Amino acid sequence: MKAWHFSETAYPYLPDSEQYESIRVTLPNRYFDPVMGADLWDRYLEEWKIAEELGFGLMLNEHHSTATCMDPAAPIIAGILARETSTAPIMILGNPIANRGNPVRVAEEMALVDVVSRGRLVVGLVRGVPYEVSAANSKPVRMQERFWEAHDLIKKAWTSHDGPFNWQGDYFEHRQVNIWPRPYQTPHPPIWVTAMSPGSAREVADRDYVAATFLLGRDGAKMVFDSYRSRAAEQDRSVPNDRLAYAALVYTGETDEEGLAGLDKLMWYIKANKVPRQFSNPPGYLARPAAVATMRGEESPFAFSHLDAEQLIERGIAFAGSPDTVYEQIARFYDDVGGFGHILNMGQAGFLDHEDTVKGMRLFAEEVYPRLQGLSARAPARVA
Amino acid sequence: MAGSSPASITSAAGTGVDLEVVERGSGAPLVVLHGASGPTPDAPFVDLLAQQNRVVVPSHPGFGRSSLPEWMDSVEDLVYVYLDLLEEYDDRAVTLVGVSLGGWVAAELAVRRPQWLGRLVLVDAVGIRVGGREDRDIADIWAVGTEELLRIGFHDPDKGRQYMSLEGKSKDQLEIVARNQESAVLFGWEPYLHNPKLRRRLDRIDVPTLVLWGASDRITHPDYGKAYAASIPGATFQLVEDAGHFPHIEQPHEFAAAVGRFADRRLPGPAGQAGGA
Repeated sequence: MKAWHFSETAYPYLPDSEQYESIRVTLPNRYFDPVMGADLWDRYLEEWKIAEELGFGLMLNEHHSTATCMDPAAPIIAGILARETSTAPIMILGNPIANRGNPVRVAEEMALVDVVSRGRLVVGLVRGVPYEVSAANSKPVRMQERFWEAHDLIKKAWTSHDGPFNWQGDYFEHRQVNIWPRPYQTPHPPIWVTAMSPGSAREVADRDYVAATFLLGRDGAKMVFDSYRSRAAEQDRSVPNDRLAYAALVYTGETDEEGLAGLDKLMWYIKANKVPRQFSNPPGYLARPAAVATMRGEESPFAFSHLDAEQLIERGIAFAGSPDTVYEQIARFYDDVGGFGHILNMGQAGFLDHEDTVKGMRLFAEEVYPRLQGLSARAPARVA
Repeated sequence: MAGSSPASITSAAGTGVDLEVVERGSGAPLVVLHGASGPTPDAPFVDLLAQQNRVVVPSHPGFGRSSLPEWMDSVEDLVYVYLDLLEEYDDRAVTLVGVSLGGWVAAELAVRRPQWLGRLVLVDAVGIRVGGREDRDIADIWAVGTEELLRIGFHDPDKGRQYMSLEGKSKDQLEIVARNQESAVLFGWEPYLHNPKLRRRLDRIDVPTLVLWGASDRITHPDYGKAYAASIPGATFQLVEDAGHFPHIEQPHEFAAAVGRFADRRLPGPAGQAGGA
């Protein structure tokens, strides 16, 4: 089991949420104080350096027009981490390639970070959350098609070494593709793709990439992982655990009380995400049946914003408590979903301050992480 | 085109599209191209128009039950479907009425001077660029909430609420609503609900044209409509009072009366122009 430290690098110093309609797309940036923002960036970068010392992989992402994430350009922060750290893998999860107008530029950025970091880059590719289509002016229909064409172009750019090739696809045209530098890793950096449904898991399985699923809980994660495994089985491939990743809110305290207090602060990430319907559900973003279910007022079984800490833990969306408790929660989850190989710890959010963030990371790294290695050595206790 | 109420599926020759088409009434053909919220063949204005004309209401590709080939992604694609579909009509036989998104399609058709086009009615049409680069000619309908949309789209938001209501709709009907919304985005996302080149082509329109506008429209302001009309030679601009972006829905009688008067070949054409053949 590999553990990763993930922070969304939030800017939490906002007025009361009654005073704004949405934390995404329309929140005026006058609420962002550049000096406080710079201080936060010092701190978040420092926490990734500590994460490296503690043995975590480093995970970052990007979002746009939002206070939930101050990083609208993950490749830049990845480039900083390439110099601020020296051994840990650096993973962007991910590049929202259905929203990036020029995939060749993404291929260039990733190759550059891979070279500067001497091959430590892991490239996550994501479709992008629904609120991003406004920020990117990106059409919310046919995104999946655009995503995979962008992926194909990026991968070909990384792996072509004999001068320009031509690309005239349905969504992108680039007639002289010849990136410099090429990636440090051969044939290219590892690729991860988010999979939040059985259908998308199959597409990731087809390409033998790592499928990462976020906050879906044990039922949702099992559904996604099972779909990945069964697709691979159809192709006579077995799935090592390192193909499957799961992101959860994670806080380890010295006691259960301390762990729960940490989780309470991490829950800012869930509770602060105030987004009106026109941004959370742009036409065409959801698959048709899900769009119809939404119109009928049906709530997704995987919705979690209304859950309290206990329910989040029960569903496997959060792991929190003393080291023993956190280990037991993860071990149970591991068994319930049929095993997985990467845990993406959302270990910082909102007002969880530097000291408490580092304490949670350290207790996890020292008291929980070593025991997780035993998990991957054994077969999951219950496999469907 | 052998159509019957409520709907028949017609193949538009050569385009590979199966179009859902509703026809009502008899007389001179009047083709209605619907807006971004989808076809409304059962709305009262259709029957009112059918008292005088043979009203033909096709669903655009991707809307209602019309098919949508994968290669289609632009209003220009819709234009060529209708050029094929309407080709069989006699010279100058058709009064073409385009509402909102359908108005854009109608204007694109008219600048191509199809032989069947006799008269043109643009109703709260989108499709052109009027203002500067920081002006919103057309309110961003995909960035506002439902209440705001009702406020800017209707003179009386309660009428809008009724029109947009999903209450009592079956799963199949909701499926069509979702499909309509997707297709509107597909055709209108960027450039946002317009063709940057269209306005300078409008002076090619060579048929009598009525530009009909809801006086309370705040999605496309009447000033936008006036600019539209001013770009079309000899066009008449007319307001529909107590109506927003959907005058055919909010004021069906006034709407049908205005369109009917304009379409009536027995009357002289507007602005001193001769009526169609």
